[in-house]
Amino acid sequence: MTYQEKKSIVTLISAIIIFVSYCAYMYLQYPEDGLEPAEAFRYWGSFVLTLTLVSIIAHILISIMFNIVFRMTTGEKEPAFADELDKLIDLKANRNSFFVFILGFLLAMGSLAANQPSQVMFVILIASGFISDVTGSVTKLYHYRRGV
Amino acid sequence: MGKNLVGNHIRKLRFNHNEMTQQQLADKAGVTRQTIVALEKGNYSPSLELAFRIAHAFNLPLEEVFFYEGGQT
Repeated sequence: MTYQEKKSIVTLISAIIIFVSYCAYMYLQYPEDGLEPAEAFRYWGSFVLTLTLVSIIAHILISIMFNIVFRMTTGEKEPAFADELDKLIDLKANRNSFFVFILGFLLAMGSLAANQPSQVMFVILIASGFISDVTGSVTKLYHYRRGV
Repeated sequence: MGKNLVGNHIRKLRFNHNEMTQQQLADKAGVTRQTIVALEKGNYSPSLELAFRIAHAFNLPLEEVFFYEGGQT
């Protein structure tokens, strides 16, 4: 298995672990008797911002650790640049990822149009962000293994 | 994902060039080893520029490294 395939798997697993752990942590913080409408926007706003920050930091740390382990176990250096195949696969992964996110976004707007509480809209938006991230990683893994 | 119609003799040519490794060819062509692996497996059709760079790495004309498998058009 090549560096890119291993990295796609590590990215996929870390994205799932980070998201599930963060949601489990925030679920415990959620008040049992619900939130006031004004408080709900502040809660979900901080939820998304903190998740973004935590994800970026965790991905950077995991990427550094992965590179160290990769060098130690294989004796090879990780590729220092992205060539045309990497760029093509990135484009396909981003396309699929955006497509999934847009679907989620439309679904979230649909929930508002159907008079659902704003909480439902935020849950759908956050879930679609996560699923689009997973879709991007799975697309990369698929194309690195099966070709373009 | 359609079938790639551009075949190549990269594996054989590497062997004939002092058993050049995939990494050595990748360095000469300016790509990663993953791309050479994908080319040898027939999983990727390279750009025209990369095809020329690989042919240049073997000091051969393009048509001796790559061939079209789709028959006559």
